[in-house]
Amino acid sequence: MDNLTEPFVELIRRAATDLPSDVEAALRDARDREASGSAAEGALNTILENVAIARQNDTPICQDTGVPIFTIHVPRAGREGCASTQALRDQIEAAVAKATEQAYLRPNAVDPVTGRNSGNNLGEGFPSFHFQEWDEDYLRVDLLLKGGGSENVSTQVKLPHAPLDAGRDLDGVRKVVLDAVYQAQGKGCAPGVLGIAIGSDRGGGYVHAKEQFLRPLDDTNPQPALAELEERLLRECNELGIGPMGFGGKTTVFGVKIGAYHRLPACYFVSIAYMCWACRRAAMTVHAEEVTFQ
Amino acid sequence: MSVKELTVPISEDAVRSLHVGDTVRLSGVIVTGRDAAHKYMIETFVHPSKGAGQGSLAVPEGERAVYRELKRLLRESVIYHCGPVVRQRDDGRWEFVAAGPTTSIREEAYEPDIIEHFGLRGVIGKGGMGPNTLRACREYGAAYFHAVGGAASLIADAVQEVVTVYKKDAFGVPEAFWVIRLEDFPLVVTMDTHGKSIHDQVEAASKAALDRLIGN
Repeated sequence: MDNLTEPFVELIRRAATDLPSDVEAALRDARDREASGSAAEGALNTILENVAIARQNDTPICQDTGVPIFTIHVPRAGREGCASTQALRDQIEAAVAKATEQAYLRPNAVDPVTGRNSGNNLGEGFPSFHFQEWDEDYLRVDLLLKGGGSENVSTQVKLPHAPLDAGRDLDGVRKVVLDAVYQAQGKGCAPGVLGIAIGSDRGGGYVHAKEQFLRPLDDTNPQPALAELEERLLRECNELGIGPMGFGGKTTVFGVKIGAYHRLPACYFVSIAYMCWACRRAAMTVHAEEVTFQ
Repeated sequence: MSVKELTVPISEDAVRSLHVGDTVRLSGVIVTGRDAAHKYMIETFVHPSKGAGQGSLAVPEGERAVYRELKRLLRESVIYHCGPVVRQRDDGRWEFVAAGPTTSIREEAYEPDIIEHFGLRGVIGKGGMGPNTLRACREYGAAYFHAVGGAASLIADAVQEVVTVYKKDAFGVPEAFWVIRLEDFPLVVTMDTHGKSIHDQVEAASKAALDRLIGN
């Protein structure tokens, strides 16, 4: 396919105006668990009602449409379906500007030097692109809209971390994650999803942490030790009782996903990305001429 | 739990009758303002540069019209921490497409002075604010109203009209002062004039749970 600008606009529209079905189902379950008449139940009801209105009116679920993070898998050079990453970047940028004009995205790109908002979501390093070649013969584009409020409560901790008696092992990871969720309280728009990366350097850690948000909520981590930690953290984060919006309640997070990258001998980073309840992800694949939205 | 109706202008008695946990439906004309707006209000109006004169004389001439309007609009009203998605209709009028709250704590350094200076009766946002704002709420008669973060489309439905906008070109769409007329905006009081904060209560309880879980 020569030009994917229009399908990319559609991908953005879908990500901004609807939630993935697993996320919406998790929020509904969370609502059903909260005490009847509580502020927590009220907040989740408002959230679910809002999602329904956004879908119906074709308007953004949240006004902070975030930084659009595109993860693009392209067939290896020379293979069928391969594409120029520069051409894809150009088309995605055109689609981002168009989706902004159509009010599916809020203009979010601010020049930190002048303070000026570019007005169309395009700027230096904005949106965010991650290209990767793969061995399939089709193109896959994943889009994550990552809001700023939850970005501000994301954090990176270097182990060992003496204040929490957190050492360089998975129990140390557990301690700093629980502390991060405590520190966040409701400010990241709880209930949220945690994307965690253990290891890597500082930059790679955050990228890998955010990649965890592309995983379905009900998948199982292929590494048993991490699968066990995910399950334990999900339970323990909710024992903190922070609840929706920090009003107090049973669900503080509804997903914990952990990845691990090799680290330097001198470094042990835990990168904790917090995703608000509006966990907006969408994906599309392009087989020959056929575009499919997931 | 009964829902309390609140309409701008909000009297001091009305705001002092509210308690944390109260559910409120707010109607009337309010103003949005977030990071750039707060910094601007403090630096331009509340504490204008020294040596430039006293009171409003110190406000640069080009900013005085906005100052007059904001003083009129904010008295006995509320400021809403919100960076909306807007759309301009064919007739040139604006409408809110998505308008949920943004995190309030970033304005903690500014808010007490703004509550006092402009005579605000409240702040709408999410995540709550700190001890200085809580003190200002008690002292000057204001409350913190928590909106549901991210519930942008639902809240946009409560925005009946965009009256006008200030500083849009200077600050950009999300950071501008949008003057909006609301009807039945759903809110929860999480900080009141009696020194109570749900945020403090939840933080203390979650700290105890954290200490138990990490064995401190």
